[in-house]
Amino acid sequence: MAFSKLEQDLLAAVADLHALPSGAFNIRKDGEAVERQSSPNIDIVPKTDRPGIDIVVRPGTRGEAVHVPVILTRSGLRDLVYNTFIIGEDSDVLVVAGCGIHNQGSAQSQHDGVHEIIVKQGARLRYVEKHYGQGSPEGRRVLNPNTVVTVEQGAWAEMEMVQVKGVDDTTRNTTAYVYEGGSLKIIERLLTHGTQQAVSAVEIHLVGRDSSGQVLSRSVAQDSSHQEFRAVLVGKERSVGHVECDSIIMGDARIRSVPELIAESGEAVLTHEAAIGRIAGEQLIKLMTLGLGEAEAVETILSRFLR
Amino acid sequence: MLELRNVSLNFNGGDGAGIEVLRGVNLQLERGKLYAITGPNGGGKTSLAKVVMGIYTPSQGQVLLDGEDITGLSISERARRGIAYAFQHPPRFKGLTVADIMKIARPDLDSVHMRGYLRDVGLCPEDYLERDLGPGLSGGEIKRIEVAQLLARDAEVTIFDEPEAGVDLWTIQKLLAIIVKRYKGNRQGLAVIITHNEQFLPACDEIILIDEGTVQGQGPAQMMWPLLRDDIVCKQRAQCVGIGGRIDGI
Repeated sequence: MAFSKLEQDLLAAVADLHALPSGAFNIRKDGEAVERQSSPNIDIVPKTDRPGIDIVVRPGTRGEAVHVPVILTRSGLRDLVYNTFIIGEDSDVLVVAGCGIHNQGSAQSQHDGVHEIIVKQGARLRYVEKHYGQGSPEGRRVLNPNTVVTVEQGAWAEMEMVQVKGVDDTTRNTTAYVYEGGSLKIIERLLTHGTQQAVSAVEIHLVGRDSSGQVLSRSVAQDSSHQEFRAVLVGKERSVGHVECDSIIMGDARIRSVPELIAESGEAVLTHEAAIGRIAGEQLIKLMTLGLGEAEAVETILSRFLR
Repeated sequence: MLELRNVSLNFNGGDGAGIEVLRGVNLQLERGKLYAITGPNGGGKTSLAKVVMGIYTPSQGQVLLDGEDITGLSISERARRGIAYAFQHPPRFKGLTVADIMKIARPDLDSVHMRGYLRDVGLCPEDYLERDLGPGLSGGEIKRIEVAQLLARDAEVTIFDEPEAGVDLWTIQKLLAIIVKRYKGNRQGLAVIITHNEQFLPACDEIILIDEGTVQGQGPAQMMWPLLRDDIVCKQRAQCVGIGGRIDGI
């Protein structure tokens, strides 16, 4: 299938795709899979009981990537998809997901993704998910991902979730279970502007001995936008967990940041840091003494903060 | 040449009354010279530097660079005209790396020179280039990175505000050597070090003493330094016996 310029731009924005990738991929457009390819080590199989796919990475697969972007271009469409990722034992792969919405009309366009990710024993997964929206100011763009992650014994996963432009409303729920010797790191980067709203709720259960979990959230709220961030770490065994949420607030924005630590074992070490603040005047002045104009200094601080 | 003509600076006090931080300061600083500005805490040294950089706007007087009145220029415009200032307490940034700030300081800086400037201030580039200018760095490390930025900028007027503060003794020697080598006798520009350090002061060409918002004395370092040193010793002794100390000749 040939993609239009608009579709190509969306795919580039959410999955850095400028051509069809050589490995496994599934491209979903306006509620249907329009391009799909498995590789010898990564099977992509459509679900038979509901919309969505199973992505199955064979044990021992290393150095491969799978792209599963979703794009919506029709105004008023509500897309619901169920995806299951099974990352086989001792494999090491990159998953690039993400959703881009172009809504030129006045009706609401919405994508709800329900994901289950299982990282099998000894496997390593890097998961990148970007959200992006564009179009007319009248048509709302809504994205609601719900993800359950299981990190098995000795496995490692890093999930990077980014939303920097054009999504009016998002509610992201991520729940994770980390087993013995497993490790999970969740990195969130979020920018809201105008009247956008974003809610992110992360819950990591450190259920295995010597498991670890980390949540790093950086966000910028501009104009009259509203953000809410909740991060819960539950230490059920000897484990280490850390939550760090930093936010820059601008204009009339509102931010609510709620880290929560629950230790159900005397050997759980759980920590959190949370900070919300404006850009400090001395930071702007410092960059201006190096020759940047004020607007350039603000842009530099924000872009590096969210990098 | 950098010139300050009758510069005064007032801040509003909490009770609405003005606080006079600088009072009619006149200075002429020449290219090719390394100047030290010293004096008691709260005497106006940093305020003077910030007036030159454009961070503070003087309540009266003029700042001139090579005869051009730059009093009305913004901070960014002055930076682009060739004035550089290393902060006494540089701010920290989350997400901005050492390599980022060096590139902002000098956009055309290549990797070889960037590494060289970091080595000049006693930092191993491999350990620092990708590190955030955030809370993970010590005060001394931040100060050294601040100095490295100014070395990279190669500006016409370079002002270091207490570069030695928070820096270990070994690195102070290194910083002094690099600053002296770089700026003393260099006709491309001039440099000013705000300092209390006994190694920096005699190493400069001239020492300017500022106290209570005015220039109390200025002269060649070989003449000023012995007087200052004796004054400091005298005041320390006076404090010990509980009397006021005063030195003639400055």
